[in-house]
Amino acid sequence: MRILAFLLCMIPLLASGEEIVLGMSQDEVAITATFDGSNILVFGAIKRESSIPDGELGVIVTIAGPSKPVSVHRKERRFGIWVNTDTVEVDAAPSFYAIATSAPLDRILKDTEDLRHQISIERAIRSVGAPMTITDAPAFTDAVIRIRKSQGLYKRSENSVLVDQETLFRTSVDMPANLTEGDYFTRIFLTRDGQVVSEFETTIDVKKVGLERFLYNLSRQQPLVYGLLSLAIAILAGWLASSFFRMIRGT
Amino acid sequence: MQIYLPIAEVSVNIFLLLGLGGIVGVLSGMFGVGGGFLMTPLLFFIGIPPAVAVATEANQIVASSFSGVLAHFRRKTVDFKMGTVLLIGGLTGAAVGVVIFNYLKAQGQVDLLVKLCYVVFLGVIGSLMFVESLNALRKSRKNATVTTTRRQRGWIQALPFKTRFRTSGLYISVLPPLVVGLFVGILSAIMGVGGGFIMVPAMIYLLGMPTKVVVGTSLFQIIFVTGFTTLLHATTNYTVDMALAVLLLVGGVIGAQIGTQIGTRLRAEQLRILLAMMVLVVCFKLALDLLIEPSELYSLGAAGGH
Repeated sequence: MRILAFLLCMIPLLASGEEIVLGMSQDEVAITATFDGSNILVFGAIKRESSIPDGELGVIVTIAGPSKPVSVHRKERRFGIWVNTDTVEVDAAPSFYAIATSAPLDRILKDTEDLRHQISIERAIRSVGAPMTITDAPAFTDAVIRIRKSQGLYKRSENSVLVDQETLFRTSVDMPANLTEGDYFTRIFLTRDGQVVSEFETTIDVKKVGLERFLYNLSRQQPLVYGLLSLAIAILAGWLASSFFRMIRGT
Repeated sequence: MQIYLPIAEVSVNIFLLLGLGGIVGVLSGMFGVGGGFLMTPLLFFIGIPPAVAVATEANQIVASSFSGVLAHFRRKTVDFKMGTVLLIGGLTGAAVGVVIFNYLKAQGQVDLLVKLCYVVFLGVIGSLMFVESLNALRKSRKNATVTTTRRQRGWIQALPFKTRFRTSGLYISVLPPLVVGLFVGILSAIMGVGGGFIMVPAMIYLLGMPTKVVVGTSLFQIIFVTGFTTLLHATTNYTVDMALAVLLLVGGVIGAQIGTQIGTRLRAEQLRILLAMMVLVVCFKLALDLLIEPSELYSLGAAGGH
């Protein structure tokens, strides 16, 4: 998919003479111990040499978290209780996906363009093959979207990009508190009558810092040390509590 | 105030965690149980991934058990020999339990297994304890002094490898404690509990140990089994969340001390009946979740079978 996306970038998109110039409030999100979500302001301008062309203008902003394979389990009633019976592995689903548009998406983006650039949430998820026993594989992809939407991880906010004089645009994207680390791939599309005329890409670096970083690295790189440290803390806390309360009662 | 948990990768309210730790700590102090069987389902409920909840809870139990066992050391109510035998079984069981846990995690069935274990064991122990304490309460109303002697452990007496457990005043085979330890070890790895709620009745009714050494000995071996479980989860699954554990145990150890104070003011039968009811409520809630059609039939898991 990366190669495909790369090739697509090579296709000249500037035929209409419009180009995106972008600014962002931050290109880094630091997950600290007190991280409680973040708000990223995406703003920019449309640069053009000639007069404003005809056709309806659309601006689409997407932010995608790192893609990982996800296994989706479906429950069924067996022997009177609900158990996971069918499992479909979705090959790549972004951990976070926000899409903000200047007008309803189906009005400013043609389906063929969506397919090519993988803009809408449904297109951003890739599911290649389900096991032969599963006949309704799309239901599993829908479930990923539904569950992640309810967790605030996938969101589609139409009409949230403000476009001024067909030249300036801005929007803000809320990043929830339950983010995972990684490079958040940010794309801005400019469309005319549903055709993508310009595209801009950048990344937002989301990473744990400070204590969070230290603990996470330790748990992955030195799991035994991490485990022993956890135990030491537990023993110490138990001993402290016991002797502290004994002291209170003793006096 | 929110805190982002580095391993669980979710953000939760810090006071919610302290409060949960505190409430479960009070209950565990009152009833002399680790409280894991309450805490782990509660952690599921507030959105901690099950694998992280189970592993982290094991770590927290180390703290509360250690805090509890110190008091028993001073009163010399810990049977070290019995504890060691239980421990040998327990460590073997914990290793087996983690293997089962990882296998089922790969199959996508770990949630079911954990919940089924809870429903079955909470249901059985809760009902037995409820009936037993209700009878005890009724008897104690009739006449104040009731002496119950349990000396009929027929087939257990016939087993080989007999040895003397001085503190417990027992002369029995090492096999029953080994099996009990093994069984509780498996459960502690799968369910993220110390297993006190199974261990304590098993020691009283199966092994015939005197009640006064049961709690201390149970706590003694639970420290090692849950400690071992924590290490296994930390090294194989990377699911122990130190930040979560610290917040829970701060609330927990303080709550436990308060609970112990409340516990001394209530009668033993009343305590047992309350504990039984609490166990049954948790069991009922979990059973309902399995029986009623869930509103979301699909669930997501990490792919790749590991």
